Amino acid sequence: MTKKKSCVSYTKWGYVFLLPFFLVYTIFNLIPLVQTFYYSFFENYRSGLTTIGPNFVGFSNFVNIVSKFNLLKFAGNTFIMWVIGFIPQIIISLLLAAWFTDLNLKLKGQRFFKTVIYLPNLIMASAFSMLFFTIFADGGPVNEILMGVGILDTPFRFFSSVGGTRGLVGLMNFLMWFGNTTILLMAGMMGIDPSLFEAAEVDGAKPMQIFRFITMPLLKPILVYVVITSLIGGIQMFDVPQILTAGDGSPNGSTKTLIMFLNEHLFSKNYGMAGALSVILFIITAILSICVYYALTKQND
Amino acid sequence: MEKTKKKSGNSALTARRVFSYIILAILTVLCLFSFYILIVNATRAHSQISKGFSALPGSYALRNFQNLMSDANLPVFRGLLNSLIVAGCSAALSVYFSALTAYAIHCYDFKGKNIAFTFILMIMTVPTQVTALGFINLMDKFHMMDTFWPLIIPSVAAPAVFFFMKQYMDSALPIEIVEAARIDGSNEFGTFNKIVLPIMKPAFAVQAIFTFVTSWNNYFTPALILKKNNLKTLPILIAQLRSADFLKFDMGKVYMMILLSILPVVIVYLCLSKYIIQGVALGSVKG
Repeated sequence: MTKKKSCVSYTKWGYVFLLPFFLVYTIFNLIPLVQTFYYSFFENYRSGLTTIGPNFVGFSNFVNIVSKFNLLKFAGNTFIMWVIGFIPQIIISLLLAAWFTDLNLKLKGQRFFKTVIYLPNLIMASAFSMLFFTIFADGGPVNEILMGVGILDTPFRFFSSVGGTRGLVGLMNFLMWFGNTTILLMAGMMGIDPSLFEAAEVDGAKPMQIFRFITMPLLKPILVYVVITSLIGGIQMFDVPQILTAGDGSPNGSTKTLIMFLNEHLFSKNYGMAGALSVILFIITAILSICVYYALTKQND
Repeated sequence: MEKTKKKSGNSALTARRVFSYIILAILTVLCLFSFYILIVNATRAHSQISKGFSALPGSYALRNFQNLMSDANLPVFRGLLNSLIVAGCSAALSVYFSALTAYAIHCYDFKGKNIAFTFILMIMTVPTQVTALGFINLMDKFHMMDTFWPLIIPSVAAPAVFFFMKQYMDSALPIEIVEAARIDGSNEFGTFNKIVLPIMKPAFAVQAIFTFVTSWNNYFTPALILKKNNLKTLPILIAQLRSADFLKFDMGKVYMMILLSILPVVIVYLCLSKYIIQGVALGSVKG
């Protein structure tokens, strides 16, 4: 950004070409964002056919959402399901990225494997969840197969068990994102100076040592980026648990995420609560984004 | 992993190779398993599906397709069309205006340019969900509920696509080309359309696909905006199918519906996977 390019001074056109972006952003994002913040300070909801409010209530929406509406439970659900998906995702992605970029290993069929592992990322999450719902149903193909080969005697009821449903959400998140993470980490690993690896090999370092003492430290900024952007994505988790549980976060609200909770308030027109929740999510995301920014600018130094 | 002694270096390498192929094979099965069941069951009749799982596809695909299309409660064909319109327009607007925005930052020097650039990067991670409340109220005031406009127009301001375009211009669009066009008497807007756009074609292709897929798969915002049955996009119809009384459904039809929603994206992906995967890597963070 600080580098001066030999730009032509046709100043006017710079503004003209920026106009559509900023105009649309202001109308469709910025004003709604400001309005959302504004709503968060008002009591405004439907009770039967009557509308209560809007009455200015200060910060009481923020207090109520934690004390009366169990916000922390939904935050916990979201976090747990994110962790279930993310831990295998980061381990597998690191392994695959290391293997794919390892020149000694010379894996064949790399394009095929990359194509396959990235595929679930592009699949419509709602269709993918509907598919998982049907194949993991009590009488669905997975239970039939498990009973057919003698692993189970009676069907395992995935959607009546907290672990089963959360596990499936985590599994789907893992499948949808590990390909993407692998490709990001590969780009990072290929940016490492190959002479470092050669030197380590000449000194007799084992593959595991090279990975631990050369690859990992140099990859740290990208790893931080991957962890935090995944966490930002995790906060937005919605489609998968929403479709899998038909919106009720069953069993017992154990899979209801923050955005599902927001969606509920948007539909029931409880604008005060929806506003307060949006503001909280905005602030958390902003803090995480600043962390990403620092992780990446450190890399440049 | 396994311990390597100097003499057994070669066999250790083979062992590592075998181990990685095994893991890759398991992951491949894990990724494709559910789609395999999907294809098998979309081609079987409801009665066959309820009898039990079969490893081989059936011959009922066409009938399932016809049944699905003639279902009066689930306007699937309209849904396909609606999804196509929304995703197609979003992709077109998004790549064109993102390139225009990137061009403004890349090629011109003006007051506030750095602020504009930093601002766009800052808003990149703001989730659309946090503005949803204000958004639906504003769309209501504009009388845009139950129209496609709220789903299409915001694509003009796509920070991530902008960022990709900017990166691409840094590496592929030397300022000299623009200057040469100016000497030839081309006006600024003409230069962008006739000279810059052709150079940007590869970036356009990759980002058009990503924007199309994101819009095609989007469920949260369309579900808040579109309430009329004949305007609903595919993800909303799938949600509707899920919350209906599931046990009464013709399962062949359900599987066919899922297959139809993902097939267009899968076909495009398989044809262009090489470029798409390159695009993922390019769009990622680089110094």
